Amino acid sequence: MSVNSQRVLPGFGLALGYTLVYLSLLILLPLGGMILKASELGLAQILDIALGERSLAAFRVTFVSSLLAASINAFFGLIVAWVLVRYSFPGKRFVDALVDLPFALPTAVAGITLATLYAGNGWLGRYLEPLGFKVAYTPLGIVVALTFVTLPFVVRTLQPVIEDIETEVEEAAASLGASRWQTFAKVIFPAIGPALLTGFALAFARALGEFGSVIFIAGNLPLISEIVPLLIISKLEQYDVLGATALAVVMLAISFVLLLVINVLQWWAANRHKNVEPLEVAAGKAKQGEGA
Amino acid sequence: MSHNKLTRATQEPAWVRRTLLAVGLGFLFFFLGLPLLAVFVEALAQGLPVYLEALQDPETRSAIWLTVVIALAVLPFNILFGVAAAWVIAKFDFKGKSLLITLIDLPFAVSPVVAGLIFILLFGAQGYFGPWLAANEYKVIFAVPGMIIATLFITFPFIARELIPLMQSQGKDEEEAAISLGASGWQMFWRVTLPNIKWGLLYGVILSNARAMGEFGAVSVVSGHIRGETNTLPLHVEILYNEYNAIGAFAAASVLALLALVTLVAKTVVEWRMRKETEMLNAELPGEKTQ
Repeated sequence: MSVNSQRVLPGFGLALGYTLVYLSLLILLPLGGMILKASELGLAQILDIALGERSLAAFRVTFVSSLLAASINAFFGLIVAWVLVRYSFPGKRFVDALVDLPFALPTAVAGITLATLYAGNGWLGRYLEPLGFKVAYTPLGIVVALTFVTLPFVVRTLQPVIEDIETEVEEAAASLGASRWQTFAKVIFPAIGPALLTGFALAFARALGEFGSVIFIAGNLPLISEIVPLLIISKLEQYDVLGATALAVVMLAISFVLLLVINVLQWWAANRHKNVEPLEVAAGKAKQGEGA
Repeated sequence: MSHNKLTRATQEPAWVRRTLLAVGLGFLFFFLGLPLLAVFVEALAQGLPVYLEALQDPETRSAIWLTVVIALAVLPFNILFGVAAAWVIAKFDFKGKSLLITLIDLPFAVSPVVAGLIFILLFGAQGYFGPWLAANEYKVIFAVPGMIIATLFITFPFIARELIPLMQSQGKDEEEAAISLGASGWQMFWRVTLPNIKWGLLYGVILSNARAMGEFGAVSVVSGHIRGETNTLPLHVEILYNEYNAIGAFAAASVLALLALVTLVAKTVVEWRMRKETEMLNAELPGEKTQ
């Protein structure tokens, strides 16, 4: 092949071979084993298990609380990213580094700490419970734990995109008579929209599979506050390996679909970025017009 | 006057700025600052001597030790895989490259519990290799080897994900120059490639190490929770907490929280170094942009 003769650099065969063998042993073989195990059941039986009363309730709790957590993070994450990029305030670098805390703090630590904070006698629970918000040991607690764990995603996907917005574009909009709110809604928001969606999807995908932080604060009542990963484990502990596998395969299928969606979103975000050019041209023209 | 009008439209009014700042920082305070503070306050709730005694507990000690052992065992595998995968993906073109990248991303999307389960199905008593392992008296599930394998699954993408964009942005000119000047493959690697990627590699090591030491779900499924034997520190936190030993649980948790803080500091320092280095590079080579 002509491509081969153009390769000057060494190590292609060795590195590719090692990568493929390693991935096959660690990823493909185990996942293949699980799919093989699930095929013992057949599709009808898998759906039967996944759509049983307890499983269905677990899927609903997992989906709804993940959606809520990702939405909370989309809203506040946008504000945090904006504040961190555009404003200056004392301790900004410290705050910026702190955003990654949920990635660095083990989930079990987050779990017991949030459960203690939001319990009836905790720092936050003692003020929230008289107001009627019972957080710890309710589905609301799951949302709080998932919000903590997925907090960095939206902020970190938005920050570089906000940094890249050319101020000329905003100046152009302003000089054409737009108010600040119009500039945000019509110029800035369309530019960061795809990244916001990507961050939301990443947070959602991570929240669906989260286990460690949730189990301490959820209360884990079947049908009410039991998440799918916990149900998988309790099936495993009752030696119902096939039942656990059926739920795991459904979770895996959802993960694959989300991974696909995220890839498409990232591609869209990257291409969207290139389309800023006409606006830049407009900004340049607007500036010239101002000078004349 | 026109300048005034411009700032009015390119900057938010002062009250909006103040509100956004308060909302953003308030959110971070309640969701990040307060939990971080609470870990240490709870751990020290009965004073320093009680805290230190809780850390002396032999089971906590052995959990710390096992956590370190697993993290160290995983590290060489992750470095080797990360460098090899990044080398192939960043410096060569071949069919199926995007599929390979997606495969590397997979553990980020798979639930840790599912990651643990797939190894039970492979190596557990009723698993595909279970009978053979039992006949030869190898213990993988409910033992340290299984915990290492599960941690490998969870942590292998971190270094590769860090190195791929870095090596792509560096291009292959320097390596090609080394080869055409007569360097051998390994000479090129040690003298050109490794010095170029050392900060990125360190960054990936920091991230994968934090995850390896803190992993809960996947390790929990394969560990069997045997006290003093297959308890890592995060698993030990759970046991102590469920026994209503709040001081012990938060003392162990505070060790992990300190580790998280060290990780954040190290990460920030390495990020700063990397930015400094690219700035220097850009200053040396005006007109030539890294991309």
